Amino acid sequence: MPVNTDAIGKTYPVTTYAVGREKVREYAHAVGETNPLYLNVEAAREAGYADVVAPPMFVVVYAGRAITPALFDPEVGIEFARMLHGGQEFIWGPVVVAGDEIETTTTVKDISQRGGMNFFVFETDSRNQRGETVCTGIWTNIVRGE
Amino acid sequence: MDPVKLEPGDPVHLEVTPDRFVTVRYAGASGDFNPIHIDEEFATSVGLPGRILHGLWTMAQVARAHTDAGGGPESLKRLSVQFRGMGRMEEPIVVSGSVRSVEDGVAVVDSQAEQSGHRIIRNAVAEISVD
Repeated sequence: MPVNTDAIGKTYPVTTYAVGREKVREYAHAVGETNPLYLNVEAAREAGYADVVAPPMFVVVYAGRAITPALFDPEVGIEFARMLHGGQEFIWGPVVVAGDEIETTTTVKDISQRGGMNFFVFETDSRNQRGETVCTGIWTNIVRGE
Repeated sequence: MDPVKLEPGDPVHLEVTPDRFVTVRYAGASGDFNPIHIDEEFATSVGLPGRILHGLWTMAQVARAHTDAGGGPESLKRLSVQFRGMGRMEEPIVVSGSVRSVEDGVAVVDSQAEQSGHRIIRNAVAEISVD
């Protein structure tokens, strides 16, 4: 069955995420980070940052929330039982620190069919309170054929 | 943060053994509560061998290998990966890779993450800003 590509180009309402110091530390611990920049306010300030620095992959926290409505959008039509996270790309700008407010916009970048599988590609664009793009994410989900 | 020097062929390496509760902590930290990662019964009911790691947790290990090599969080400018198969708890993961090229202050690094003979992340390509 051909995949419905009508949702390509669709965007979703902007989500705002306030980066908290303890959330950064919780995330850093969960992924095994030990760099004091992520964990210790004094160390981060000494290095010239306003507060603890979020590890680059913290993007999953502020952008993950923004992508959920797209994943569950019936117009996109993902069948979850057969969905796999196929690939992921992140492109980073300035680092995120506790106290930042990040606005993320999600777009359906592509929907296609190859080798009996459906590919759903989403793009997230995350900007800080100064309007700087802190991370662009390209999320590829694959739905296996029946 | 001062950029480090990297040359073609320089290694990127990290070894980590996820403990049996890592997916629970990561679910809370990341907000991804998909039960295939935290509920043994649910995971087996959908045909998995048991609870599996979050792919993005494993990608975070690949990212950590690169920020360690690059001298800190500011160094990592891009990372793309492909996920294959599934990561398990209590089995060692080895992230390994090497610098492919260095040009105009950017090192391009190829890497992968391997666990028990399976490349659970492959074709990882990173860009690290260098001195």
